[in-house]
Amino acid sequence: MAGKQKHTRTKNQLKMGEVKVLGSWSSPYGLRVQWALGLKSVEYEYIDEDLLNKSQMLLKYNPVHKKIPVLVHNGKPIAESAVILEYIEETWPQPHPLLPKDPYERAMVRFWINFLDNKDKVAPFITFFIGVGEEHKKAVNEAKELLKLYEEQVLGEKKYFGGEEIGMLDLAMGWMAYFGVIEEIVDVKILDAETFPRLHAWIQNFRAHPVIKNNLPDHDRLLQNYTEKRQRFLAYSPHTENA
Amino acid sequence: MAVVKLFGAWLSPYVYKVIWALKLKGIPYEYIEEDLSNKSPLLLQYNPIHKKVPVLVHDGKPIYESTVILRYIDEIWPQNPLLPANPYDRAVALFWIKFADDKNPIIAKLYRTEGEEQQAVVKEWLEMLEAMEEHALIGGKKFFGGDEINMVDIAFCMVAHWLGVFEDTAGLKVFEPHKFPQVSSWIQNFKSVPIIKDNLPDTDKIVAYLKRRKEMLLTSKSN
Repeated sequence: MAGKQKHTRTKNQLKMGEVKVLGSWSSPYGLRVQWALGLKSVEYEYIDEDLLNKSQMLLKYNPVHKKIPVLVHNGKPIAESAVILEYIEETWPQPHPLLPKDPYERAMVRFWINFLDNKDKVAPFITFFIGVGEEHKKAVNEAKELLKLYEEQVLGEKKYFGGEEIGMLDLAMGWMAYFGVIEEIVDVKILDAETFPRLHAWIQNFRAHPVIKNNLPDHDRLLQNYTEKRQRFLAYSPHTENA
Repeated sequence: MAVVKLFGAWLSPYVYKVIWALKLKGIPYEYIEEDLSNKSPLLLQYNPIHKKVPVLVHDGKPIYESTVILRYIDEIWPQNPLLPANPYDRAVALFWIKFADDKNPIIAKLYRTEGEEQQAVVKEWLEMLEAMEEHALIGGKKFFGGDEINMVDIAFCMVAHWLGVFEDTAGLKVFEPHKFPQVSSWIQNFKSVPIIKDNLPDTDKIVAYLKRRKEMLLTSKSN
């Protein structure tokens, strides 16, 4: 087995060419790409973008959205994390395939990634972070409903969303792996072990995986950075209630 | 031979995307028209979470979301491929498909918003048209798919056919053809493709329906 892995790794090194990732240290969309490359033992150069001061390189490689992540393979750029993940899977199918073989199961993975990335499905979690009052209460309820859906309909009894191994949908759900920091800052817990035992177990397993463990944003840095971010939003928000 | 069923609604661009894909590949299917104000138990059984059309049912298994359906169709029936074979070109195609998919729900609001909200929708339309003109339709190709239409052309169908409908319903002009020559050419080319031309909903019928719907929405808002 070790011999086979070594052969595959060499194959990937030959196929690799030049791989660059433009990302941001705390962005779950950028991390998805890094995790995928890590799982497939593809070496890449990581370029951290300051999103308040975007590089010329980023503007050149993603002129339409000017956003991270961008994967650049042999000088050719690809934007949109979900699209990048599919490209990575096609270019380096082994080791660690990220999609099931069966076309129907693949359709289900694509459906759920599309679902959870939808603006309307992300919004409650953002409002949970920076909202106040009634708006916040509503967001808590909506977020819990989504988490219930993910726990019961999507994860079910499986260890990972991908089954026995981490798959593309696990990477897309990776934001949950450090959602605890957001809860710490807001001082409200919604993803608790009692209400969502399976998601809670998934988070533990996901975070423990060697590739993921080595590519998670630093807790203290997140705490400081996101606390500041939240304070800025609350200061400028027209909806802020004076305490 | 496995049965393919498609649950749809006569005016939905998302449904037409699937119809065109099935016809381009010569796949026979059973079409079930849904009254969106009175959804059938069968639709609700197949799509309990979203209760939306289109839903494709193949071998008794339901698939939802038009782009997910199109990719599934392309994988199961590879004839007349809807995506490029080369992985990089495929990634570029998927980028533009996602771009169109993200814009579609917003731009559809043109006819049922007013004032500032409507202005914001107009801005989204113009951004989309500019991106198509400046970035997507490079190289003077006839279609996004080259000489034949592909999934990207299909993804931008709202621009080709439904934009005019929304403009008529809203009484507002957004698209100025002389400002977007490449997009204008593409629209002509796309609507000339026989399978598209022969499978488009009647614009007058949609405008009449949307005007009625808009009136209902405004009435319920003012009550």
